[in-house]
Amino acid sequence: MSRKRMIAMLLAGGEGKRLGVLTKDLAKPAVHFGGKYRIIDFALSNCAHSGIDTVGVLTQYQPLVLNTYLGIGSPWGLDRRDGGMAILPPYMKSKGGMWYKGTANAIYQNMGFIDRFDPEYVLIISGDHIYKMDYDLMLAEHEARGADATIACVEVDWKEAGRFGIMHVNDDGQIVAFTEKPKTPTSNLASMGVYIFSWPVLQRYLIRDESNRLSGNDFGKDIIPAMLQDDVRLQAYRFGGYWKDVGTLESLWEANMDLLAGEPPLDLHDSRWRIYSVNPNRPAHYSAPGAEIAGSLVNEGCVVEGSVRRSVLFYGVQTGAGSHVEASVVMPNVKIGRDVQICRAIIGEGAVIADGVSIGSPHGGVTVIGSDEFVAADHALMEVKQP
Amino acid sequence: MNANVLGVINLIHESDELESLTASRCLATVPFGARYRLIDFALSSMVNSGITNVAVFAHTKYRSLMDHLGSGKDWDLHHRQSGLFVLPPVTGDISEVSRGDLFHFYQHRDYFTRSPFEYVVITRSHMVCNIDFGPAIAEHRASGADITVICKRQLEPPDGKARMVEIGKDGRITAIQDHYGRLRSDVVSMEMYVMRKDLLLELVDTSLAQGQDHLVRHAIMSRIGRLDIRAYLFDGYLGVINTLAGYYRNSMELLRPDVWRSLFFEPGPIYTKVKDEPPARYAEGAMTSNSLIANGCVIEGTVVNSILFRGVQIGKGAVVRNSIVMQNGLVGEGSVLERAILDKDVTIEPGRELRGAVQSPFLAVKRKVI
Repeated sequence: MSRKRMIAMLLAGGEGKRLGVLTKDLAKPAVHFGGKYRIIDFALSNCAHSGIDTVGVLTQYQPLVLNTYLGIGSPWGLDRRDGGMAILPPYMKSKGGMWYKGTANAIYQNMGFIDRFDPEYVLIISGDHIYKMDYDLMLAEHEARGADATIACVEVDWKEAGRFGIMHVNDDGQIVAFTEKPKTPTSNLASMGVYIFSWPVLQRYLIRDESNRLSGNDFGKDIIPAMLQDDVRLQAYRFGGYWKDVGTLESLWEANMDLLAGEPPLDLHDSRWRIYSVNPNRPAHYSAPGAEIAGSLVNEGCVVEGSVRRSVLFYGVQTGAGSHVEASVVMPNVKIGRDVQICRAIIGEGAVIADGVSIGSPHGGVTVIGSDEFVAADHALMEVKQP
Repeated sequence: MNANVLGVINLIHESDELESLTASRCLATVPFGARYRLIDFALSSMVNSGITNVAVFAHTKYRSLMDHLGSGKDWDLHHRQSGLFVLPPVTGDISEVSRGDLFHFYQHRDYFTRSPFEYVVITRSHMVCNIDFGPAIAEHRASGADITVICKRQLEPPDGKARMVEIGKDGRITAIQDHYGRLRSDVVSMEMYVMRKDLLLELVDTSLAQGQDHLVRHAIMSRIGRLDIRAYLFDGYLGVINTLAGYYRNSMELLRPDVWRSLFFEPGPIYTKVKDEPPARYAEGAMTSNSLIANGCVIEGTVVNSILFRGVQIGKGAVVRNSIVMQNGLVGEGSVLERAILDKDVTIEPGRELRGAVQSPFLAVKRKVI
């Protein structure tokens, strides 16, 4: 097997606790997004477009749907003879095995996989972000700067900064300080969780980290700070495009709504950077006489009889006559009866909403209905509380 | 499942009068139903019926056919236990291309002799339906017929051209006539035939030896008295699409929700070549009614009683009525389309008005700019 310049390791084990009922039986990267996609499609499509043909996908929680979805990687062009996609769950060894303790430990446990390809560089990404990024440009800068590690970063809202790894950089773009999820952020330059490491350097730190019993075995909390203490060259790569961590229900809903802007910050219709996905194969959607659809995304297989405004309908959704769906995300195969009112809600896959039900309100938080739930007219008792 | 059956989609001398829609492509790959090609219906029906080996006897203008079918992956026909075989004409002499289908069957007899299957199902691509061949094959076996012809009884004559069939009291077919025949019958042949493979090979050999080279006209119709030929009646939706009027009428039929549902979902889904198009996007101020809209469309104007294929864009203030716009069509701001069929990649510049009539819709050729 020929040597690979760069391979990707995709962290897809996220439990996604903050997505509540949506991740009850589903790993976070497999959550539906954007009318057609699953969150992980974005990272995988980025790999495909960046010329990366070898991707290890590290899975852990609720892997069934995710593994089935990924298959042999053909929708992303990752069904290759040399490399391609490999799903890497934790496993038992003769001296015992263990769950992935942290992001760094997950890579540590798969060093054997990486070494098979003897890569110069390893790209670490995660399966829970929405963005379009050419990793090859980032690699070019990594090489040009002679960096040992490069971390992609974006400026985020100050009030959100505490959710991310926050860094300070000098005029050369070199990272001088890094704090994971600070309580009082002193910068709003956040790590996107996209790292390029020169493999020998990373390997050294992974081995050292593993022998440290006090370590949390996490990139943001342990590996990066350890590298910063030494004279490892850590470079920041500023990303100018749209990037969203969809780890919370609110951010998941917002990222869906962002797609509906007049000029969406992330354009799904860009033919040069298609987001690949498993195509569910449904007929074109049908808009009935009397249907009203505006400011929305509607996927194939839908039957729309009511009105749909500023909403995202996944495949196979049916909405009955007299129903109004507004500012909502309706996941695959949801059946909405007649005269239903839905506003600012996320309706989980396969849910059934009975005639005359009203869900959500124009103000306040996002209402969420879990997958396969049946919401009857007296649904107040069944509505799911956000965690 | 019907693992003992070989499928053949016979595209040799398919009659077509679809004007410019078939100028550069064969009838089998005429786009239909917002995201499909005509051949998808026969192919998906076979696959859903458990037929895992399918040969497509290509004839002319088959570039788009090869492109569409690829490895057969989208129909699940690319496995060790299954296969799609696109078989173009084998001939040393260009004049032989115009010979009848039996000649081409003969040239590809290896396909039949090599396979262990006992039965064949032969179809064409222009009979658009969603059919389970299982019951037809079971009935063929149970009745002891030599040939079973799948037919549909319908009161109104089809929009396209089709052979009429007469069925006697014992269920045997007593007459088959071409579309211009005077046979008074309400039974239409769907050009789908079930028979034993060895009978087919025998018909090929004996007919060719007698200088006859058409499967239906010669091999079958001339043996009506001698062979036990029976009809199997299909009761689902059937669209006969080999004329432009038939194409337009049947496309508009898809806007009836019952037809949409039965043709696309029952008994199984219709597969087609996948495309990574995003969901259709409706702008503020968009309006649609009674329409089929595929993925990748961007709608800023009004679409009524129409069918939009993948990647179509309808500009602000544009009105599309009773029309069919194929892949990547672009209707500019303020333009009006009424009873029009736009082939792939047609651009209508802003402010144009194009109107056709019921019997003759306005037809724009591929890649035309108007």
